[in-house]
Amino acid sequence: MNGARKVLIDPLVDSNPVTLQVLGICSALAVTTSLLPALLMCAALTSVCALSTTAISSIRHFVPNNIRIIVFMTIIASFVIVTDQVLRAYAFETSKQLSVFVGLIITNCIVLGRAEAFAMKNNVGMSFLDGLGNGLGYSVILIIVATIRELFGAGTLLDYRILPLVSDGGWYEANGLMLLPPSAFFIIGLLIWAVRSWRTQQVERPEFQIHEVHRTEVL
Amino acid sequence: MSDDANKTPKRSRDSISNTLIVAIGVSLVCSVLVASAAILLKPRQLQNEEEFRQRIILDVAGLYDPAADISSLYASIEERMIEIASGEQVPVYLVMDGSRIEQVILPIEGAGLWSTMYGYLAVENDGNTVRGLQFYSHAETPGLGDGVDKPAWREQWPGKKLYDANGQPQIEVVKGPAPDGSDYQIDGLAGATLTGRGVSIFVRRWIGEEGYGPFLKTLGQEESR
Repeated sequence: MNGARKVLIDPLVDSNPVTLQVLGICSALAVTTSLLPALLMCAALTSVCALSTTAISSIRHFVPNNIRIIVFMTIIASFVIVTDQVLRAYAFETSKQLSVFVGLIITNCIVLGRAEAFAMKNNVGMSFLDGLGNGLGYSVILIIVATIRELFGAGTLLDYRILPLVSDGGWYEANGLMLLPPSAFFIIGLLIWAVRSWRTQQVERPEFQIHEVHRTEVL
Repeated sequence: MSDDANKTPKRSRDSISNTLIVAIGVSLVCSVLVASAAILLKPRQLQNEEEFRQRIILDVAGLYDPAADISSLYASIEERMIEIASGEQVPVYLVMDGSRIEQVILPIEGAGLWSTMYGYLAVENDGNTVRGLQFYSHAETPGLGDGVDKPAWREQWPGKKLYDANGQPQIEVVKGPAPDGSDYQIDGLAGATLTGRGVSIFVRRWIGEEGYGPFLKTLGQEESR
């Protein structure tokens, strides 16, 4: 049981797909201007990730090595299309805002990465938990970023007014930068910094070591 | 965690026959999954699209009521095809008051700064006074150009005039605030001068001779008779 718990909980902070592995950044920038589309995107990615790792794990003994990536892509793409269709039927307005990004889950490295790295080597139950955990790890970051961006960019959360805007007679001057894609880069960067200061084992070893050069060596 | 690597039946897995079986099997299962999702959800999706379009039309005409049923509100609107100068047939939506046209809703589209903007312009039965303008699809800058969706900006449109006394299109989005009491000018959006310029250009083009100009003139003449 401890193993299962680790598989589910680890991706939330200790091996978070966004902050540690720096995957799935594209959609993290694009869909986090407000909280509602971000939540929907989290639900979409988490379900695709959990379903596809489960499906892939269940056929892992039969998948020939040389076509395994294509098999993964076919399975992932199918689940993405189904998810997209469901969103268009039941969350029409928000799915319009998400537009192309639900479709782009197909290319999200988190999903393919878990299929190749985990689901091909582990049993169905574990793979489901791993897919779920990684989806939730991605969701945690998206929700943090979207909360910050919507709150400071528009003064609202889920369209509910938190900070009254100057233009409506309040005191808060909306920060327009928060609504533009670069702000997500800054926030994710700061998050990575925060997580690595807290969990120092995540800090990577520098690729190059600049060592002191003594004049005598140069001469 | 990877306990079962040795249980894998290695011999047949990479054979050509198994490769084909897996490829065909996965494709079949996935296509059935995708096709059934698409077919089962289609009616609901079409209904969503239609309701969204109807809601925008009602909204721009000032008839939208969140409490009421959209399709019953929409029943009062009559759709009619008209021909514009290019010979193209375009739909216009007439809000009827008995047998009289009360206002018309005209689809417009054109280039903003980044994107093609699609929307509806509602005009009173004099063929000149604006009732409202609303976009249902565009990709202008979030926080700047997307101010065209903000109620505060849209509320300026009702009551403005499209044409001057000589029938020339005069409506425009200016840079900065519009002069008080102006009949033709709309405040620019701060930081979105180019979006505003785009809106001015294509709204004028649509209400000009090549667009709905002739239709609106006839409408105005009929009404004053």
